[in-house]
Amino acid sequence: KAVVSTQSTGIEQSSGIKELHTEKFTLRCFQTITGVKFFVIVDQKQTGCEHLLLRIYELYTDYVLKNPFYPIDMPIRCELFDQNLRKVIEQVERATAYNSATLS
Amino acid sequence: MIYNLYIFNSAGDCLYYSEWRRKKQTDMSKDEENKLVYGMLHSLKSFVARISPDTSDSFQSYQTSTYRLSMYETPSGVKFVMNTGLELSLQSAREILHSLYKEVYVEFAVKNPMLSLQSPIDSELFRDKLEAFINSKMRE
Repeated sequence: KAVVSTQSTGIEQSSGIKELHTEKFTLRCFQTITGVKFFVIVDQKQTGCEHLLLRIYELYTDYVLKNPFYPIDMPIRCELFDQNLRKVIEQVERATAYNSATLS
Repeated sequence: MIYNLYIFNSAGDCLYYSEWRRKKQTDMSKDEENKLVYGMLHSLKSFVARISPDTSDSFQSYQTSTYRLSMYETPSGVKFVMNTGLELSLQSAREILHSLYKEVYVEFAVKNPMLSLQSPIDSELFRDKLEAFINSKMRE
């Protein structure tokens, strides 16, 4: 899809798809220079996705890439990564809930 | 900034195409390009339907680092596809497409007894009204 979206555009220097919106959710993508892509699927109320994706990338570099036993490009089976990922997600959800509570 | 607009019928034929700003041309024929765009939309729609955490979801728009593609699909299967610059918000793009459908397509294409909506729209009135509509939106 990234190839088609860059080909069919009449504008030069476009990246692949960064966000995809539907009625019920938004898909956001972060692509590293090496081609690793991080996708999050969030609902319409979610804010701070860029930040979330960058934090997930941080966790990826810390727990996956810096792990000497991790075979590159294989499925990630690292408990520390899962644990910390869960913590980050919970943090972001709490922050969003707090923001929407203070706004309403 | 509105870059271009495609109108497809439910079979995937391109009923109308117009561009207002296009810096780079693809090196394929109009036909091929229309098929490419329609094919991509079709894949995106089925992708969304399958990956959605909720039932009966529909694809609305995507954006890259330089443009946004918005799609408005009617229950009859007619698809309005518009590429805009990122300065136009997602909401504005959707509103433009909705108004375009209501004020231009329904009034000057559907209500025209001489037009068959299964083949390319060949009506000067429609073309003029559409261009005027888009130009007024760009001036806002």
